[in-house]
Amino acid sequence: MRVELRQQPYDPWAELSAHERAHAVPGRSGAAAVFTGSMRDRNEGVTVTGMFLEHYPEMTERHLRGLAQEAMSRWQLDDLLLLHRVGEVLPGQTIVLVAVWSAHRAAAFEACRFLLEDLKHKTPFWKRETLEDGERWVEYNTPG
Amino acid sequence: MSIKVRFFASIRDLTGRAGDEIEARPGLVARDVWRLSTDGLEPPPTLLVSVNLEFADLDAPVGEGDEVAFMPPVTGG
Repeated sequence: MRVELRQQPYDPWAELSAHERAHAVPGRSGAAAVFTGSMRDRNEGVTVTGMFLEHYPEMTERHLRGLAQEAMSRWQLDDLLLLHRVGEVLPGQTIVLVAVWSAHRAAAFEACRFLLEDLKHKTPFWKRETLEDGERWVEYNTPG
Repeated sequence: MSIKVRFFASIRDLTGRAGDEIEARPGLVARDVWRLSTDGLEPPPTLLVSVNLEFADLDAPVGEGDEVAFMPPVTGG
């Protein structure tokens, strides 16, 4: 299980591949579910040129560790990888990577969705968008 | 000992400060901390509160050495 906040851009597929090489046990997991979320260049009808992802370092890290442990035990996962950007983000860059490994597909899909919904609605992150004519805080997430 | 207060994101913009420190006294709840550190500003209806890194509500008791944070709804992922 690995949970990390990243200040710098990362390639989710390279991260996934490296994690599998380092941690996968051949023949153990029948299922893996992977989600990546990246920054769009438009939101609510206007062009967005950049974003600052603020967090509450001590609380965010503590919340994420607890969240990952809850998913691991609730769905009896074999492994979990969760990466989330903080700081300055540009359109096209990956914000979040969630990958879970389990014996069967139901646990993998459900755990992946659970982790994402928590990241969207309960984990202390806040997005401030840079627009062509100023900045604004994102006040709510898209419904899904 | 005192209570450490922190403001995040749009709440920091609203209050005009990143944090505060107030003197602890018996019977304080998070709502009092908000009032004392914002000169009586009305708390926004969607305000989130944490006490010692756990989400709480405005009626949560707070005391010496606690860290109380005020923040808007989260928008990660």
